[in-house]
Amino acid sequence: MKLNTLTLKDTLNKLQHKEISLSELYRDVDEAIADHNEKLNVYLTVNNEAVKEARKQQNKPLAGVPVAVKDNFCTKGMRTTAATNVLKDFIPPFDATVISRLKEAGGVVVGKTNMDAWAHGSSTETSDFGPTKNPRNPDYLPGGSSGGSAAAVAADMCIAAIGSETAGSIRQPASWCGVVGLKPTYGRVSRYGVAAMASSTDSPGAIGKTVEDCAILLNAIAGKDPYDATTSPQPVPDFTNGLKKGVKGLKIGVCYTEHPKLKGTDASRAVVAAAKTFERLGATVEPVSEIMDPSIAIGVYTIVQRSEVSSNLAGYNGIRYDYGRAFFGDEAKRRIMLGTFTLSKGYADKYYVTAQKVRSLYIENYQKLFGRYDLLIGPTSPGYAQKLGATKDNPMFGELEDMLLEPSSISGLPGISVPSHRDPKTNLYLGLNIVANYWQEVSMIAAAYAFEQEVKL
Amino acid sequence: MDVKKIAKLAHIPITEKEEETLTKGFHATLKVVDMLFSVDVKGTQPTSQVTGLENVLREDVIDGSRQFTQEQALANAPRKHNGYFVVDQILEDD
Amino acid sequence: MNYEPVIGMEIHVELATRSKMFCGCPSNHFAKVPNTQTCPVCLAMPGGLPVPNKKAIEWTIKLGLALGCEIPLFSKFDRKNYFYPDLPKGYQISQYDQPLAIHGKLGDVRIHRVHLEEDTGKLVHSNNMTLIDFNRSGVPLVEIVTEPDIRSGDQAKEFLKKLYQVVRYLGISDADMEKGSMRLEPNISVRPMGSKTLPKYKVEVKNINSFNFVKKAIEYEVKRHIDLLEQGRTPVQETRGWMEGNNETVSQRIKEEANDYRYFPEPDIPPMRWDSVFVNGIKAQLPELPEARNTRFMKEYALNAYDSGLLTDSRELADYFEECVKLKSVSPKKLANWIINKKVNIDDVLPATLVKSIVQASAVATISDTELENVIQRVIGENPKAVADYKKGKTQVLGFLIGMVMKQLKGKGNPESIKKTFQLYI
Repeated sequence: MKLNTLTLKDTLNKLQHKEISLSELYRDVDEAIADHNEKLNVYLTVNNEAVKEARKQQNKPLAGVPVAVKDNFCTKGMRTTAATNVLKDFIPPFDATVISRLKEAGGVVVGKTNMDAWAHGSSTETSDFGPTKNPRNPDYLPGGSSGGSAAAVAADMCIAAIGSETAGSIRQPASWCGVVGLKPTYGRVSRYGVAAMASSTDSPGAIGKTVEDCAILLNAIAGKDPYDATTSPQPVPDFTNGLKKGVKGLKIGVCYTEHPKLKGTDASRAVVAAAKTFERLGATVEPVSEIMDPSIAIGVYTIVQRSEVSSNLAGYNGIRYDYGRAFFGDEAKRRIMLGTFTLSKGYADKYYVTAQKVRSLYIENYQKLFGRYDLLIGPTSPGYAQKLGATKDNPMFGELEDMLLEPSSISGLPGISVPSHRDPKTNLYLGLNIVANYWQEVSMIAAAYAFEQEVKL
Repeated sequence: MDVKKIAKLAHIPITEKEEETLTKGFHATLKVVDMLFSVDVKGTQPTSQVTGLENVLREDVIDGSRQFTQEQALANAPRKHNGYFVVDQILEDD
Repeated sequence: MNYEPVIGMEIHVELATRSKMFCGCPSNHFAKVPNTQTCPVCLAMPGGLPVPNKKAIEWTIKLGLALGCEIPLFSKFDRKNYFYPDLPKGYQISQYDQPLAIHGKLGDVRIHRVHLEEDTGKLVHSNNMTLIDFNRSGVPLVEIVTEPDIRSGDQAKEFLKKLYQVVRYLGISDADMEKGSMRLEPNISVRPMGSKTLPKYKVEVKNINSFNFVKKAIEYEVKRHIDLLEQGRTPVQETRGWMEGNNETVSQRIKEEANDYRYFPEPDIPPMRWDSVFVNGIKAQLPELPEARNTRFMKEYALNAYDSGLLTDSRELADYFEECVKLKSVSPKKLANWIINKKVNIDDVLPATLVKSIVQASAVATISDTELENVIQRVIGENPKAVADYKKGKTQVLGFLIGMVMKQLKGKGNPESIKKTFQLYI
């Protein structure tokens, strides 16, 4: 068997028991990269020293395994572009905290993955370096903005991957690529060294072949960081602890299946099926009635994200390390300008402040729901992956696609997407989104694991 | 929305042609965003941070571990001169 | 028509913390090799994040308290967005609507607010390039804004001297205008005498680097404004630069539109909330401030206003003086006289040593005239050649002879009076 198809858990097991060697592992991973990268355009930069670095990491928990990293994470000495021409040749002189923690735990950055430029999108089609193709069906998009990382996992071009989510950017590509995507609570993982998108919702997270793989990776990178003042002193549990706890006795709320945009779709049907599965496993499951309409979150997210990003991208002026503002792609220009507008004199109250007020309402709504439910489930994406070219002439593509995820992202809640259904005709997937209350990743991971084991896609 | 004015404020260079497409695009986006105004936000406070954290402060100590050498600081600079970053001459006073 | 100036001041003070405002780079940037004190945060690389310096915040609150301000129990940082090559993030982290201190007073000038922000990099103009050094980027900067209570160049100067003194007493900055650790900008306008409303314009003047120049710039501007108003014209609202060489202000390139800073709360920094225990704790750390110390010196040491003012001019000098007084060997009045008139180098001479020399010098009074006369006569008799040389015109020999006298007096005696007496006998 090809070792690149192993899960992270199995890889670590086999390395520990010396059933496989790092050389063998990297040989197979490198082969997969050589075979697929040109066609799928997953990696923007490949680390040719990976196996050498891996050998130095053998005795650590992650034992030198190859991890794909989204290209908005600064990696010292390794090109970091955020898929934009503005940073086409930028070589950071420092590591993001997530990267230094990954290395401390023994992981190796095998390459930097493609993404929507500046993470502005949900398709990876707006990368300045060409789209990534969905490994499940290369006529289709992988989703975004962590499309490259999700594709890397789906194509076994790595053992696990790191992504980031501002409003769906981990979970949506995971669902489109048929892999698992874990977005932790905002403040659980440090944003230091990650090119900022929307500062108040950006969350680095894990993308993996299984739920357990994501939990293992999250263990390596989570925790308060003195370099990021928004990280929480909340104690970090072992996220693999209680993996097999199951859902017996839990109360689970089902969201959005009756929403006009989803009624009668495969996505809705898949969630209804998932609800039945959880019931079988011992949970009490019922449809949620008092959840806020997710389409309004589109407005909140659009304004908050663009406002914050207009400011976050103001430092790219071609002086210290980048090519300057003429190199921004169309989407970036649009977002910066709109964000400048929504913060400008005479409009800030109408747009920015109002958006932040509606945000408060979503947070309140969720607290009310979590007073009643332990977990909330719903479709990750309204549908399957879309075809290449789908984003053309559609500036709001991402926001509409991520509608079901925006409410939890703007609230800072943790969520995980697990594959829930595969269409045999297209080989494309749907994902189940499970959302937990703040800091309750362990229980959402347990539910995701139970579901994953039952469904065995 | 005056696209030209915003582009100037945002320091985004745009062409005449882009001005047209951008204006159309903004109208479409603002239309989507319109639904926000149907929500009753009376008495609601805006949320600018979801963590609820307060007073996250740092002791006044020098931390050399992140400090760059001059070489590292300038390594990616498009233009440099004698240890400085360079821009075209700025005519007005600070 | 009579006019009166309406002037407010905006002062920036660089805090002398060890590290920068939002990162651990060294804060002391004076004369350092360019771009050797930067990091991903203050050089604004992707993913750089600010973490606020606790000491800078405490010192700002301290300054606010020293200026009689109210300390609101909730405060936060905000982003001030604008583009300039020396501003690496394209925004400055500052404070907008909830600053650390508000509504104080210093002398007869009300303080509107005191807030904390970060400094920019430094621009150096050379040939047809502008060079940028980011060592200064991120250094903590306190901004003090007064109400437009100032009515003359002299009053401005007085206020600034007092402010400088307070800042130095607190030990939070060296407030050196030449080094740029204290920067001043007056906002000047003029209105008819007796009017109670604020003028509809104001002119900001930059590039002033001494208190004297503040006075001159104000006086220049006031005259310029009055001249315009008498012609029926209103001075343009603008920023002008002080030209030291020509003693005038000149218009700086007029910006096409006023800056829209698009302030919004800094999402990367949690807000700050204090309780009264915390604020009182800082208040308790305040040293005795210049005005209070001056008053106490006059009362406790029976000094006149002039002497007391000089002795309390700097905290170091006032501390030194009181160290000497504590030793109890010399009266405060005598100490004051000595320190003020004899230009004692307080950095080199320990209080104990100073007091000892004063005591010795005073011992001159106990030498009787006869004793002094006898010693002088003896020395003259014992050194005929030196005396002869002196009479021939070699005046430098006098020093040697007086030294001999003092040797015999075993340290007693005041060289000046000995010299005078000696010259009577020679």
